[in-house]
Amino acid sequence: MGIIIGKNTRAIVHGITGTQGSFHTQLMLEYGTKIVAGVTPGKGGTRIQGIPVYDTVEEVKEKHSANASIIFVPAPFAADSALEALENGIKTIVIITEHIPIKDSVNIMAYAKKVNATIIGPNTPGIITPVESKLGIMPAHIFKRGNIGMVSRSGTLTYEIAASLSRKNLGQSTCLGLGGDPITGLNFIDTLKMFEKDQQTKAIVLIGEIGGNLEELAAEYIAKDKYPKPVAAFIAGRSAPPGKRMGHAGAMVMGKAGTAESKIEKFKSAGVKVAEKPNDVPELLTKLFSV
Amino acid sequence: MKLFEYEAKNILAKYGIPTPDGELVTNASQAREVASKLKPPFVVKAQVLVAGRGKAGGILFADSIGEVEKDAEKLLRMQIKGIPVKNVWIEEKIQIKKELYFGITTDRFNQSYVAIASAVGGMEIEEIASKAPEKIIKFSINPQHGFHSFHARQMARKMGYAGNQLSELGKIFEKLYCVGMDYDAELIEMNPLAETIDGKFVAADARIILDDNALFRHQEYKKRLLEGESELSPQEIEATKNDLAYVKLDGDIGVIGNGAGLVMATLDTIQYYDGKPANFLDVGGGAPADKIATALKIVLSDPKVKALFINILGGITRCDEVAKGILEAEAKIGVTKPMVIRLVGTNEAEGKRILTEAGIHVLESMEEAAQQVVEISRHGDK
Repeated sequence: MGIIIGKNTRAIVHGITGTQGSFHTQLMLEYGTKIVAGVTPGKGGTRIQGIPVYDTVEEVKEKHSANASIIFVPAPFAADSALEALENGIKTIVIITEHIPIKDSVNIMAYAKKVNATIIGPNTPGIITPVESKLGIMPAHIFKRGNIGMVSRSGTLTYEIAASLSRKNLGQSTCLGLGGDPITGLNFIDTLKMFEKDQQTKAIVLIGEIGGNLEELAAEYIAKDKYPKPVAAFIAGRSAPPGKRMGHAGAMVMGKAGTAESKIEKFKSAGVKVAEKPNDVPELLTKLFSV
Repeated sequence: MKLFEYEAKNILAKYGIPTPDGELVTNASQAREVASKLKPPFVVKAQVLVAGRGKAGGILFADSIGEVEKDAEKLLRMQIKGIPVKNVWIEEKIQIKKELYFGITTDRFNQSYVAIASAVGGMEIEEIASKAPEKIIKFSINPQHGFHSFHARQMARKMGYAGNQLSELGKIFEKLYCVGMDYDAELIEMNPLAETIDGKFVAADARIILDDNALFRHQEYKKRLLEGESELSPQEIEATKNDLAYVKLDGDIGVIGNGAGLVMATLDTIQYYDGKPANFLDVGGGAPADKIATALKIVLSDPKVKALFINILGGITRCDEVAKGILEAEAKIGVTKPMVIRLVGTNEAEGKRILTEAGIHVLESMEEAAQQVVEISRHGDK
């Protein structure tokens, strides 16, 4: 089980002929992800890693049955790719690309909402349901099949925590990165709702960071809705100064808004355990399970 | 990217939003010339990108041309929060009856833009929100339909305006939305938007922050950011040019990592062990060797750095490339500061082999590495 992707996911890789697109197509194939086609305008008719390449998604849809997309296209053209996938009926789209303008992301999300599609990203490592499927760029060997659902705004920090969970034999149902941008397809609440319905998921690890108020809203949701599964959290950026963008476009404390302290406080008052350091998460979870 | 007040006002004026008549000067004699073309009284404003300019004495009021000249001279010799004033904006002082607020920014939860208005203005919007939350009017913009005159008029009505004034305000709000969209602003605000004693509206101050990721569509500003005046430190400019994310902090442990979240967590962990990070540097995803070398060069150019912590967890980044970059930097610039390296993930074995063969010890645990680098920053390398 797990959420969003699984054994029946059949993906198109946008930007498959680029360095990252081709490298990660190979890794996804090795993991067992079903990739049916690639799209790179101007490179139609060729093959990459044995996968047929087309000029348009329209042509892919005529010849294959695809239900997901993963986008590696450079930022100035990424919105065009995402809209092309949406227009051609793809309902799950992972946007790996970083540095997409906010205005472009806003357009993508508005279209996705209208056609009821799920967007993961932009600026995300993607999503992995260990053993079943991976639509993303995460190093697969650190993940292990199990009952922990993970949702995060950061890529490498997710790997850090997933690896420490796996070492303690706390496997994962699905791990997904929301993306480091201010505008992303899914938010924490959307994902918590999906994990609530997933039978495989027994507990959730939520990894947030400074900037915005999506963690605070998630904390309110957990408290108000008496969320039925245990949640542990880690928030990055306790040492971040205000007014400075910390790598991610979305990671900035504005005045007094979006601080790590505000998020940690909200989570604690919602009954969510918050880890001091990334590698404290497994211990917190073990305690939650033993209750 | 923050725009200067004069840049923002010139853009607003181009779109037909009323702004006070004014001009930019770089010396006192120009100030005299400009003032002689304007109607007194005047406002003389230092053009710097730091917040709190007014409180720091960067905004002066003058009644005569001679006074403008003196004020401009004074400001041009001044530093505001360490930033030397290079330009001064001189404008006609408007007769304000009431200060309002109008701005547009991103709304993460609704994945869109939100227009915010308030009949109370002149202070930071966060301050208005905490002091008079009932005075804040928000409208979530549907990006597929945009923000139209009627939306703007509805907001103006909620601010307590009617008739001609409502319709004037509506036009101004709609124009500001157009500016925001055309320039890819992540924040655009008129604060205060002044209602004058004769019932007109003028953007007395304007603030625009462009979306850094959209600067490829606004080359003139990208050029100004990298080559002209900007709020960035020399290290930050060098980093931006090389597509690295760098933020200067005030400690003594240089930090390089891949991925914003991991680097933030690295800083937090250093702080947890009572160390002080000198910077944030994210090399991003998939950094090749030469980029890693550039990152090292930038971090080491900060004289306060006593020790370096390189924390790499490879996904899209390959550990072998990182290892090559470290050796490249050693060969090119000579790394004289002690380094603690933590390297795991994609192509980990190859990366470790490269570094171990070069006599560099590699750690696997971030916490162990953090403790070690804090120790070195205190007592030197043993």
